[in-house]
Amino acid sequence: MTTIDNLVRMANQIATNLAYEGDPTAATAEHIQLFWDPRMKKLIFDHGDEGLSPVAAAAIAALKAAA
Amino acid sequence: MTYQPQSDFGTPASRAQEDVTLTIDGRAVTVPSGTSVMRAAAEQGTAIPKLCATDSLASFGSCRLCLVEIDGRRGTPASCTTPVEPGMIVHTQTPHLQKLRKGVMELYISDHPLDCLTCAANGDCELQDQAGAVGLRDVRYEPKATHLGQAKDHSNPYFDFDPSKCIACSRCVRACDEVQGTLALTVQGRGFDSKISAGMASDNFLGSECVSCGACVQACPTATLVEKKVVEIGTPERAVVTTCAYCGVGCTFRAEMRGEQLVRMVPWKDGKANRGHSCVKGRFAWGYAQHQERILKPMIRSAISDPWREVSWDEAFAYAASELKRISAKYGRNALGGITSSRCTNEETFLVQKLIRAGFGNNNVDTCARVCHSPTGYGLKTTFGTSAGTQDFDSVEDTDVILVIGANPTDGHPVFASRMKRRLRQGAKLIVVDPRRTDLVRSPHIEAQHHLPLRPGTNVAVLTAMAHTIVTEGLVDEAFVRDRCDWDEFQDWAAFVSEERNSPETLEAITQVPAADLRAAARLYATGGNGAIYYGLGVTEHSQGSSTVMAIANLAMATGNVGRRGVGVNPLRGQNNVQGACDMGSFPHELPGYRHISDVATRELFEREWGVALDPEPGLRIPNMLDAATDGVFKAIYIQGEDILQSDPNTHHVAAGLEAMECVIVHDLFLNETANYAHIFLPGSTFLEKNGTFTNAERRIQPVRKVMSPLNGYEDWEVTQKLAQALGLDWGYTHPSQIMDEVARLTPSFAGVSFDRLDEEGSLQWPVNESAPNGSPIMHIDGFVRGKGKFVVTDYVPTDERTGPRFPLLLTTGRILSQYNVGAQTRRTENVVWHEEDVLEIHPVDAENRGVKSGDWVRLASRAGETTLRASVTDRVAPGVVYTTFHHPLTQANVVTTDYSDWATNCPEYKVTAVQITPSNGPTQWQEDYMDLQRRSRRIAPAAEAAE
Repeated sequence: MTTIDNLVRMANQIATNLAYEGDPTAATAEHIQLFWDPRMKKLIFDHGDEGLSPVAAAAIAALKAAA
Repeated sequence: MTYQPQSDFGTPASRAQEDVTLTIDGRAVTVPSGTSVMRAAAEQGTAIPKLCATDSLASFGSCRLCLVEIDGRRGTPASCTTPVEPGMIVHTQTPHLQKLRKGVMELYISDHPLDCLTCAANGDCELQDQAGAVGLRDVRYEPKATHLGQAKDHSNPYFDFDPSKCIACSRCVRACDEVQGTLALTVQGRGFDSKISAGMASDNFLGSECVSCGACVQACPTATLVEKKVVEIGTPERAVVTTCAYCGVGCTFRAEMRGEQLVRMVPWKDGKANRGHSCVKGRFAWGYAQHQERILKPMIRSAISDPWREVSWDEAFAYAASELKRISAKYGRNALGGITSSRCTNEETFLVQKLIRAGFGNNNVDTCARVCHSPTGYGLKTTFGTSAGTQDFDSVEDTDVILVIGANPTDGHPVFASRMKRRLRQGAKLIVVDPRRTDLVRSPHIEAQHHLPLRPGTNVAVLTAMAHTIVTEGLVDEAFVRDRCDWDEFQDWAAFVSEERNSPETLEAITQVPAADLRAAARLYATGGNGAIYYGLGVTEHSQGSSTVMAIANLAMATGNVGRRGVGVNPLRGQNNVQGACDMGSFPHELPGYRHISDVATRELFEREWGVALDPEPGLRIPNMLDAATDGVFKAIYIQGEDILQSDPNTHHVAAGLEAMECVIVHDLFLNETANYAHIFLPGSTFLEKNGTFTNAERRIQPVRKVMSPLNGYEDWEVTQKLAQALGLDWGYTHPSQIMDEVARLTPSFAGVSFDRLDEEGSLQWPVNESAPNGSPIMHIDGFVRGKGKFVVTDYVPTDERTGPRFPLLLTTGRILSQYNVGAQTRRTENVVWHEEDVLEIHPVDAENRGVKSGDWVRLASRAGETTLRASVTDRVAPGVVYTTFHHPLTQANVVTTDYSDWATNCPEYKVTAVQITPSNGPTQWQEDYMDLQRRSRRIAPAAEAAE
């Protein structure tokens, strides 16, 4: 599995497991912000939406915008 | 301290609150009611002669040596079985008593070999002491029928059994029953024919059910059961109290020494974690410290294909520093990182993370908790506010219902398991949630009320179904929840778990746990009194490990089982200092004390202390480091006391990551598997050779004390400091106590911790601060650390790892009693006699379908890789599930495990791997290649060649 494939899977996993939070997109974004290193964030920012669930994609888009 | 045996008060202390005053030999003494006359006398300083009594065991009253006279009473009662009474007047020494005792002792000695001068216990023998105490000067009896001359049992690798020296006091049998709870020993025969036996009369100790915990050896008042090391070396001349370096129970021992030679490790009766008990590892398996394979000189090599070259410490530090500087300059500071060790001290892990944050200039630091209890940190911090368990071990004494999930304490945490079993024998109820029928499910005098043999990977579903039962059947402790938890969040959670899709009946198809059993278990936990949950890596090492921890916390809060003795959520930590390593800031996103690196105030605190700016971004976790290495951007790593090649999942990926690095520094005792890919090897020191502290699973900070000089020349904290100094850091610690002082200055939960205080108190459980100056045995008593307890909805999400036609079975992994983690220590001890190799447990149905019998070689294959090992056909595992351990590098169970991990923490999903089993005729090509790599990578160039 390539690193980006792994990051996509991780982002989707996070989004799925935070689906019951009040704002799943914000919760997913916060989790990635708190636990991923800058390179991992950059890789997923540069990756685009392919393979990402809608919540994960929205969370990453929000993070990217705030970066 | 000069050698003295630990004080023995003869009978256990009474826990009664009321006091009783009596007079012994003319002096008044006040003790708790229920105390024996023997103990009261001992507390007063009067040693009543005794043989069958010892304060770790209930009084027995068989030896008739401890007789006393009591005014107003007829006869001479045994002081060990006579409780004190108000106003009682006791005489411990009268002519009549002296005559009686001498007569009793004369009978004992008439059937005991008089070889004191050559006996292993000479000078450390209670029989010898008591013969002197009662004034025995001769034996009038002619020896006729005796027990002398019987064959010794040398079968156990650590102790001998000489029945000729046995006085049939039953202390060993009672220790096995009461302390260890294995009930392996018995008294065969009656009267004169009484003989201590391990198991059946035909068994020897090794072949019996004895688990070699050492309780019988410790209890024996003669040389009948004696450590082989005492036979070999002689009796000790001094003792130093220190802390075991095996599992997270954190037993304290007296290291009993002769010079710098360790004679034996004897569990310390005042140890608050182990209360005087031990297991085969801590008690006996310390021979690795002097093993011939220990590397004592630093070594370097330019390429991993080269042989190692021994160098001076100075050259090793200079080379390591130059390589780290070169790589940082060429690839950037983020190309460096490191791993702290859960086997090293708090002070050592603190220094490694400080080196990386302040020296390397990034937060690429992680620890082996990544692959074990990182979900505990996340889950309990989210729900309760603290990344740690809630109780002390003593708490189990007040538990009514014990729920064990994903843990095998009799193998993984045996000393606590013994305390748990004692409580179960007293009547507490037991629920076991585990795919395997672990020993705890059914053992002597213990049987779980409910064993829920769930399908691996369905923990969340099982816990949610239990929550469904508790909520829908009205078993919630509403008063507790309203008072202590966020009520709105509770209602959301309660509504979720109440949905029909979360009922035991609906989820049975997923969990394979019969709904009626699950409901009954849930009712018992909710209504059976004090309910305590104990869990291990069977909870955390899943793709939903963090969710499972939060689901456990939800259950505890919903039933009001938090914040007092007897209840709580208790992670059983794997390694000795995994709690401490986490506390000390070993995670890439947290500074010591679990404070996020992005928190400006916290970061500034450390920046002021350390005099450098810290990176505000989280660093790489171990799997992320390996990914970055294979991507070519992570180039150097300093690994202290971990063997990630053997312990971490997907060995092929770990190897590829290590191979891609330009500088791998391994700091360890042995050339471990990771060192196959290392360029610099820095010899490590054992726990016997260093000062510091370990923190166990109950947050208990305990001293580690140096009992011998480091064979390699330096304690591990000194090695890290010298590496830091070579990199230009201005560190000048001269003792690890100064490191702890720095921790205390920077970490609120450790504010009151110092080596001096630990010496005074023996141990302290954090938080230790102004509001809890003597520590915190139980957390969340008046409220949760985070304020209101947080209920988190934990929806079951199946793992991506699926069985199918190619890989139809589920593999789950674990450990066994005699071995520890990757086996680097225990494989280098006599413990291999119990476990020479990893074996695969497979259910008879699955074995028959594949034509596999016990002892056959089988090929274990997954999507990640394959290995071979021998099969053991057993119904301990359910059909469709196989199990193995990961203690041996040539099996390398982690060749088979996958990259899948916990969603929140990246903790690997060791416990669920889809596999296929087929018959095999020997090692795989990978194993053959690996053995060759291992041989080549351990070459050390001869001195002449090295000098060229």
